[in-house]
Amino acid sequence: MDSKMAKEFIARRIAKELKDGDVVNLGIGLPTMVANYIPEGVNILLQSENGFIGLGSNPEVGTENNDIVNAGGQHVTIKTGGAFFDSATSFGIIRGGHVHATVLGALEVDEKGNLANFMVPGKMVPGMGGAMDLVSGAKKVIIAMTHTAKGQPKILKKCSLPLTAAGQVNLIITEMAVIEVTPTGLLLKEISPFVTIEDVLRETEANLLIAEDLKIMEM
Amino acid sequence: MSKIKNIDELMKHISDGMTIMIGGFMGVGTPEIFIDEIVKSGVKNLTIIANDTGYPDKGIGKLIMNKQVKRVIASHIGLNPETGRQMNNKETIVELVPQGTLAEQIRCGGAGIGGFLTQTGVGTIVEEGKKKIKIEDVEYLLELPLKADVALIRGSIVDKQGNVYYNGATRNFNPLMATAADLVIVAAQRIVDTGDLDPNHVMTPGIFVDYIVGGEK
Repeated sequence: MDSKMAKEFIARRIAKELKDGDVVNLGIGLPTMVANYIPEGVNILLQSENGFIGLGSNPEVGTENNDIVNAGGQHVTIKTGGAFFDSATSFGIIRGGHVHATVLGALEVDEKGNLANFMVPGKMVPGMGGAMDLVSGAKKVIIAMTHTAKGQPKILKKCSLPLTAAGQVNLIITEMAVIEVTPTGLLLKEISPFVTIEDVLRETEANLLIAEDLKIMEM
Repeated sequence: MSKIKNIDELMKHISDGMTIMIGGFMGVGTPEIFIDEIVKSGVKNLTIIANDTGYPDKGIGKLIMNKQVKRVIASHIGLNPETGRQMNNKETIVELVPQGTLAEQIRCGGAGIGGFLTQTGVGTIVEEGKKKIKIEDVEYLLELPLKADVALIRGSIVDKQGNVYYNGATRNFNPLMATAADLVIVAAQRIVDTGDLDPNHVMTPGIFVDYIVGGEK
């Protein structure tokens, strides 16, 4: 599976986690793709942390409104019924537990549900933006990422990079597997139809518990 | 006395070493005409409090490129690589703050609140040097308010009393900053007569605004 296919596969699987009426915040990049695969009949409300709810699709060329952009600075639209607000309200929504789920990328995740996704000391120091608040405040934190980076595992026994938040991740979805963070450790719940359990174990540094009812990830 | 001034008069209020809050998010809702005037003026050693440092050619990024900033307090600097370069070379002090914490620090600064407790940052580098307080077994960080000498904000429609309406996502940090500085100047996209802005649509009451300048794009 090439990188583009892997990302689409991950986005499709994550879309199934979202329920009708959920308020959801999607991170930049792969997480944003999840919006394209929300099942028929499921309406979710996307929150954009720069100050609105009801984030819509990209505008048609020529209809861009410079006052309506997402948190990455790209032109977007707002859906009918949406609402704008200031940054204090926006993060009140986030910290206050009014966001049902957030989907974010990761550099590393570990057995305790720790997440590192905002800096690589000495190399990449862009700042945490809203990520720390989102991971601490959202009811469910879903990590969307490729299983490895340059052949190296990203699901580790212990994160080595500075943490975005401690113990807040609930679910990790990669092109190989669906893994839940539980109090007793990481639970392998689903695997891709293209891999074996052994493949997943080999590409994962953390210990994995294997669910008794292990399923195959649906396309 | 009219609050409407021309930008040259207003620039007299901006001087070396000041702490300035600047509204906007990646340049959206940023008072661009002020940024350009500050660049022209050459004032230096500024402390800037803002969500981000914009892009090299847009928003606060221009002040960074022109090396007028001594210290930045922001949540994100990733879209302006020059900020990161200056930080790594210790030319500029950059304090990175979670976005929600930054917004609430400014809100507290303007609302007479002495600080607040948040779980954001617990167990991360953000907690370094901060007081931790446990309430009913939940650990929080004590975050303190932020204030500034001047706040430069951008309004979509501003009436002559200084009442402000922000369109779309331009609101972001602007109404918070309008409450948290000794002097507040709004760059208006459009200035209307008092009474033309419905009081129901006012997002920043005019009592917070000292001066208004027109001509914002």
